[in-house]
Amino acid sequence: MSTDTEAPSYPKSVLEFKSTSFSTPVLVLFSTELKQIELQLKEKIAQAPEFFKHSALLIDLQEVNKQDQVIDITDLVNCLYANKLLPIGISGGNDEQNRLALDLHVPIHTIRGVISKKDSLLKNSATENTETSTNKSMMEPVSATVENMFISQPIRSGQRIYAKGDLTILSHVSAGAEIMAEGNIHVYGSLRGRALAGVQGNIKSRIFCSDLQAELISIAGHYKISEELDKAEYRKPTQIYLQDQALIIKNL
Amino acid sequence: MARIIVVTSGKGGVGKTTTSAAIAMGLAKKGHKTAVIDFDVGLRNLDLIMGCERRVVYDFINVINGEASLRQALIKDKRCNQLYILPASQTRDKDALTQEGVGKVLDELTKDFKYIVCDSPAGIERGANLAMYFADDAFVVTNPEVASVRDSDRMLGILASKSRRAENGEEAIKEYLLLSRYSPKRVKLGEMLSVEDVQDILSLHLLGVIPESQSVLNASNSGVPVILDEQSNAGQAYADVVARYLGEDTPHRFIDEEKKGLFGKLFRSK
Repeated sequence: MSTDTEAPSYPKSVLEFKSTSFSTPVLVLFSTELKQIELQLKEKIAQAPEFFKHSALLIDLQEVNKQDQVIDITDLVNCLYANKLLPIGISGGNDEQNRLALDLHVPIHTIRGVISKKDSLLKNSATENTETSTNKSMMEPVSATVENMFISQPIRSGQRIYAKGDLTILSHVSAGAEIMAEGNIHVYGSLRGRALAGVQGNIKSRIFCSDLQAELISIAGHYKISEELDKAEYRKPTQIYLQDQALIIKNL
Repeated sequence: MARIIVVTSGKGGVGKTTTSAAIAMGLAKKGHKTAVIDFDVGLRNLDLIMGCERRVVYDFINVINGEASLRQALIKDKRCNQLYILPASQTRDKDALTQEGVGKVLDELTKDFKYIVCDSPAGIERGANLAMYFADDAFVVTNPEVASVRDSDRMLGILASKSRRAENGEEAIKEYLLLSRYSPKRVKLGEMLSVEDVQDILSLHLLGVIPESQSVLNASNSGVPVILDEQSNAGQAYADVVARYLGEDTPHRFIDEEKKGLFGKLFRSK
């Protein structure tokens, strides 16, 4: 039991607000010609049907409104639904458009940053990082979602694995394989390939392995090749980390 | 439904075609209707090893291109009526193989056969990729030396990521290790990797160890799959492999050096 200053224990909260940011495609319109929009939309979807299927979508009206053109939001939204796209907001709309959007339960957003490229009439592949700040005033620390990766199969020669967070491998990593992680790397089999931790520059990343036979180990760009490994560390359970820009290999 | 087996290795000269011929014959002799396909378009060899080179009229590419029916191209083995051979084309190259075409031929074979053995060419290019793409099981043929082991490892990575099963998110291809040209004597002398060394690197289910044997070369030259040479240890080893693949519990042989008694020393000095 926690014995904090706030002595009386309140019932556990059933919800909390957190902030997160995610990528979503932005549909930038340059014309109000709905037929043409739908035609080109279908073409784009045909190129990557799985990507677009039930994809969330933000409608950007900035360009259209710059040209003072009139577009029917209701028709547009229905057209998107018909093509299995799910609009989750509009931005750059005028009052009238915003009101119509809200009637359709489509929220209003403000996008920062401008999408350039005007070569096509319709540009929807631009995936812009739209920050949806839900509620930042909460006292809760913001938990960033790190995409850790876990693999139980052997990593074979010629395979490349990239993890955006930590990378844990239960089996071995063959010579000629390459494993990379923005965070830490754990290998519970033999590590014979190349292992690169902290590839985005995180100098606090570490590599842990139960049998070090790597061709190359690297943390945030500081690397050692197998020739430079010490006999004392070779074929031993080790951890590898950075200290004052030097790569330290320590037996576990 | 047929089970599609690919015999693959990455590296050349390790015994893929010998193995394909042997296990196809072995499966057929056990009463399973089996087809063996040569995917090495342009470097046709399987027909020689099977001893049917003089009976080739149409080939795999003819069937893919619709120039011949499957029935016309399949060669029935004279020694075993459950075995059919689909030879490769010698005058074309691997580009003549298309995924769609191969898929169609395999689909058709699947209806009629119990096992389809695909003899993969060396390398990791088109021919090899298409040979393994539709597979259910993979026999990875490896020699006990580092280059072969590494190439097999590479091939295993491709099997795990670029097959139909991988692309459809189905159960992965079952991978088996076949260690060929194994010489316990040379392992003992430290000239060759041991079974344990290879297993340490590949960690695969070991289906069998085929000993280095003169009988393999003899069999190839005379167009008789080595499995039919029941006297030779290579032939016996392949028979064991087929039995194990079919689920029989056969102990491994030929891993350790044969202990020769006085009689052996006198009469069987090989």
